[in-house]
Amino acid sequence: MIAPHVLLAEDITKRFGQTEVLRGVSVSAKPGDVIALIGSSGSGKSTFLRCLNLLERPNGGRIALKGEALELAPDRDGAMNASDPRQLRRFRSRIAMVFQHFNLWAHMTAERNVTEGLTVVLGLNPGEAIERAQHYLQKVGVFHRKDAYPAHLSGGEQQRVAIARALAMEPDVMLFDEPTSALDPELVGEVLRVMRAVAEEGRTMIVVTHEMSFAREVSSEVVFLSKGVVAERGRPDEVLLKPQTERLQAFLANSLK
Amino acid sequence: MIDFSIIASSMPNFFAGLKVTLVLLVISLATGLVLSIPLGVARVSSNPWIAKPVWLYTYVIRGTPLLVQLFIIYYGFAQIEFIRNSAAWSLFREAWFCVWLAFAINTTAYTTEIIAGALRATPSGEVEAARSIGMSTFDMYRRILLPSALRRALPQYSNEAVGMMHATAIASTVTLVDLTRVARDVYANHLVTVESFGTVAVFYFVLTFSLIGLFRLAERRWLKHLRPQELSHVNEPMVHAK
Repeated sequence: MIAPHVLLAEDITKRFGQTEVLRGVSVSAKPGDVIALIGSSGSGKSTFLRCLNLLERPNGGRIALKGEALELAPDRDGAMNASDPRQLRRFRSRIAMVFQHFNLWAHMTAERNVTEGLTVVLGLNPGEAIERAQHYLQKVGVFHRKDAYPAHLSGGEQQRVAIARALAMEPDVMLFDEPTSALDPELVGEVLRVMRAVAEEGRTMIVVTHEMSFAREVSSEVVFLSKGVVAERGRPDEVLLKPQTERLQAFLANSLK
Repeated sequence: MIDFSIIASSMPNFFAGLKVTLVLLVISLATGLVLSIPLGVARVSSNPWIAKPVWLYTYVIRGTPLLVQLFIIYYGFAQIEFIRNSAAWSLFREAWFCVWLAFAINTTAYTTEIIAGALRATPSGEVEAARSIGMSTFDMYRRILLPSALRRALPQYSNEAVGMMHATAIASTVTLVDLTRVARDVYANHLVTVESFGTVAVFYFVLTFSLIGLFRLAERRWLKHLRPQELSHVNEPMVHAK
């Protein structure tokens, strides 16, 4: 039997007060899929991504990881909460996230940033954790900066450390939340190259991005979100080169400027 | 003219007073620090039943002078029949115990607010990063929030420690023979100000700057990540080449 889906999110809805940010968005990632979520700002793509690991609590929908459903129950405000905190922590440790603003722990060296989750969450002993951390730091090309603090690293180096931190958890799926949007233009390339290498290893990734060339060349599926719904989805060459909806045509025209 | 013979002959008393001052400072700060870490965490809790009582405590203590707090404990409690008849009386009749209690309650209130402020200043992204890899709330406080907040609190806490050191002079009002009490005794015996209060000022001055020096060392060690980058390692290969 083959596991059909690594991560399945169905019919996710999210309200902020009266504003409906997500109106039933579904995404399913099979092993090795690289799903690019695109859309203009305010379309709900980042919110959707953050709902997948419950950093944002959805108001409705279902989330399953490798066939196991995340147990959700609505609280008084109508937002969904994990009914089993331990299951949520286990899910999160299998779903790693890379953030727009890197979110490295400022008081720890690059290497400690990577080993921290390995020892505290996965229970590796310090020796194993350091070995694994160094392996992944090497992989993303910042091993020589392992003893530096985040404030002493460039944005590109910080984001690569953050990617190493996520990779080292050896997760089932990786979420990228606009990983290059906070970078100086000349640093974008080094991060995209690392992401491309990660994708080529066959890792399952869901990427919120404004980098159309990355979406076109690396992704296996492009999902275009507009006003909280999926307006168009499909293979990148079809969706990006032959957009069917006016909204996507307008979006692509704007982002190619 | 300064009469150095008076200073010289009082030196043993000054050093005995110094010891009392230092012991008071250390036991008060140690108690305060141990108590204010959990209280600081409680102070920033989203649960009002936990946060509000701590807020009330720090509000009341920070709103009244330490001298008044000490007098209430030392003189006030002695007048309460209930306390005089309880087993606790053997403690409350001791000046040392009252001073330690008053100082600890006082510095705990200020330190709690310092730690709570530092916790609130944690960048939300660092919290999200911890949550996103599946860290429990307890581990997050233990490994991320407190280590980062306590570091951030260090410069402010050094002010609290120096303030507390100066405040130990208040112990002299309830029979403890600390530095200030020694100075008052020397003054009362010889009626000379420079030799008594001048000498004790030098003691406090040296203490203050030693304390500040210790905190500078601690900041060098624990706040490395906030300092501009040192470029010394860039030069190392050239040194070796010689």
